[in-house]
Amino acid sequence: MLSRVADSLYWMSRYFERADNASRVLKATYGLILNPAKFSTEERWFRAVSSLAPGAAAKNVDPQRTLFLLVADPEGAFSIVKCISGARDNARQVREEISSEMWEHLNRLYHDVTGTELQPEDDAGAMRMVSLVREGSYRFSGITAATMNHDEAWHFIQLGKYIERACNLCVLLDAYFAVDKNADDLDWVGLLSSCAAFEAYCKACTAELRPERIANFLLLKPEFPYSVRYSLDRMHEALAAISALSLSRRTAKVERLIGRLRSRVAYVHVEEIISGLHKYLAGIIEQCRDLHAAVHEVYIEYPIEVAFET
Amino acid sequence: MIIETDTSDPGGAEALHRYELNGAYDEMFISVDHPRRQYRPLHNLLLNLGPGELRRSKQEADQSFFNQGITFTVYGNDKDTERIFPHDLLPRIITAAEWEKIERGLTQRITALNLFLKDVYHDRKIIEDGVVPGSIVYTCKHYRREMRGIKVPRDVYITVVGTDLIRTPDGNFVVLEDNLRVPSGVSYMLTSRRVMKQIFPGLFQKCRVRPIEQYSQVLLSTLRSLAPEGRSEPTVVLLTPGAYNSAYFEHTYLARQMGIELVEGRDLVVHDNIVYMRTTFGLQRVDVIYRRIDDDYLDPLVFEGASSLGAVGLFNAYRAGNIAFANALGTGVADDKAIYAYVPKIIRYYLDQDPILESVETFLMSDPGQRDHVCQRLDEYVVKAVGESGGYGMLIGPHSTEEERAEFREKIYAQPRNYIAQPTINLSTAPCFVDGTIEPRHIDLRPYVLYGEKIMIIPGGLTRVALRKGSLVVNSSQGGGSKDTWVLQN
Repeated sequence: MLSRVADSLYWMSRYFERADNASRVLKATYGLILNPAKFSTEERWFRAVSSLAPGAAAKNVDPQRTLFLLVADPEGAFSIVKCISGARDNARQVREEISSEMWEHLNRLYHDVTGTELQPEDDAGAMRMVSLVREGSYRFSGITAATMNHDEAWHFIQLGKYIERACNLCVLLDAYFAVDKNADDLDWVGLLSSCAAFEAYCKACTAELRPERIANFLLLKPEFPYSVRYSLDRMHEALAAISALSLSRRTAKVERLIGRLRSRVAYVHVEEIISGLHKYLAGIIEQCRDLHAAVHEVYIEYPIEVAFET
Repeated sequence: MIIETDTSDPGGAEALHRYELNGAYDEMFISVDHPRRQYRPLHNLLLNLGPGELRRSKQEADQSFFNQGITFTVYGNDKDTERIFPHDLLPRIITAAEWEKIERGLTQRITALNLFLKDVYHDRKIIEDGVVPGSIVYTCKHYRREMRGIKVPRDVYITVVGTDLIRTPDGNFVVLEDNLRVPSGVSYMLTSRRVMKQIFPGLFQKCRVRPIEQYSQVLLSTLRSLAPEGRSEPTVVLLTPGAYNSAYFEHTYLARQMGIELVEGRDLVVHDNIVYMRTTFGLQRVDVIYRRIDDDYLDPLVFEGASSLGAVGLFNAYRAGNIAFANALGTGVADDKAIYAYVPKIIRYYLDQDPILESVETFLMSDPGQRDHVCQRLDEYVVKAVGESGGYGMLIGPHSTEEERAEFREKIYAQPRNYIAQPTINLSTAPCFVDGTIEPRHIDLRPYVLYGEKIMIIPGGLTRVALRKGSLVVNSSQGGGSKDTWVLQN
């Protein structure tokens, strides 16, 4: 497959996952701020913003405008609308590689979220858009799985989706656990809902909300799709499949990195990590970045001298 | 898309009864009530249609085009730039005998033009012998000095050709333009056939229409035949300028149909004069490039320096014989509108035959006598800029205003080599479904010619329609549409 095509599929998928993550977090946060609690509205919005738009945006949160900015800000690099546009732009470059059902669905979703101009104070309108993206995302996953060959292109799509998910989960966990001393049950429900995990958690661990159990569930549970462990397992599968198709020796680097990253969550007990959680999560994010760079270097933008050696 | 029914439409019989002939050759009717023999099955079908039935079929066809994403891009409009290609429901029908002549005529013409290109870039005998003046060849915008002395595979310069033919009032087909660079539109021919088969299955059977579906296979084997020697399993790719090009749909369509990679310039790497594409598994050698970008943008080392559409070093690889381009570079010199005036002489010079298909009488504005003659009667002529295509830079005398003519007169005197003039020709008309009824519209015909081991002409083509009443301009950029073109079996 052409490197450029693989790159576009990967980013299409990452942007879509990013929009999906933002819609989950916003829905959960919006639900939270309607309830009075130890945390102020500002603090709760701050937590959402810092997990969705790292860096500058988190300073000076204006609760009146936050929702608007995270949903539809045309300038902001992290708004849902921006992410859906990014996914569509990438898909448009490789229309012949994805199924027409995928393209049509993504195209329609793009027109749905860009068609009506959202006003800054219109919370209800913003939340409608969030739901639209939420459902659009489930549907896109289903269509993708059902309508295209599960070949190399598919594996790059999976890789993009789960590397984005793993990073987002780590950032979100970090934001919640950084201030967990003041957290009440509602906040933990908020965290679980942000990962579409509330029902699944209750089934597995009952409705007793204990921070350590929640961390265990969202980090280490191999059966739950919005856990870090599950995401890293899927990345591992995708990379192994890509490397098996490729005959190049250079893929060893990528395999080493994903193997090491996966072992961080596969062979660990939650008690060992809960006290130094921030550092642990930062380590996973760091390793995801290294992995991204290695994939780019091996499959996408390799120097031609290297290509002639192998 | 909403399906609306308009019961005020006349039925087929009434619509045909109102049809008016206007002096042009009509493809369907000898006179009203007397359809030509090849059109009788269609005529019968139309006579028996109830009101609204054509409109329903048209909507069904539109929906099908829309769902398949058969669109083209309109420039200068930042949102919703993709439109469905306007098409007409009623097929244009060509008899076996008419087609046989077109086929012979095009084969002769393409053979001669290819020989001309080889000559112009090698021995230049035709210029030495005074048949075509060097002053016209060398001043042509698309003449490529870099191509002198370069051997191209099989000596084939023009692999894919889309010649524009028109039918004059006496019923003869004549050549209007040779498109020898990167002709487009073939995807509309192929997709509209598929849609028409869904809509008129019975009519197809009755008429015995020759198939065109083999185009993609023939194109692929033609491209493979150009591969450098010793490359038994050549890799063929289609080079596109990218998703923002107006013909991007066609590029993706053809690449998918042929099962080849659709590459952009940034996917290509040249190393030691060998061309590779960058894949996830490493560099893969490329042997033949079906390029859908103009000469100017292929290689920034040799041509347009600022272009990022091509790849650095492509031309050297070409010169070294390690890659084939279809079409070759520099073919634009043979479809220059001033060279066009010399094509009958070119055919006689190389083949010693009379042209089977005539050309339109053409006046060169670089010739003072012809220039004065035309400039005094601009309202009778069509003036065209020689290097333009797509219906841009044109004056249609009879439909022009005094100011437009004055403006063109000035342009002609300022740059005489840049213009030619032709008498205004009343293009043939064909019945079209317009606003619920059936009316005549002017049309032309673009058959597609493939030249590899030998010349192959796909029996069919793109019939372009000037959808505006009375208009003679059929280009899609100027409000033209298309019709499916049926060539009948003997």
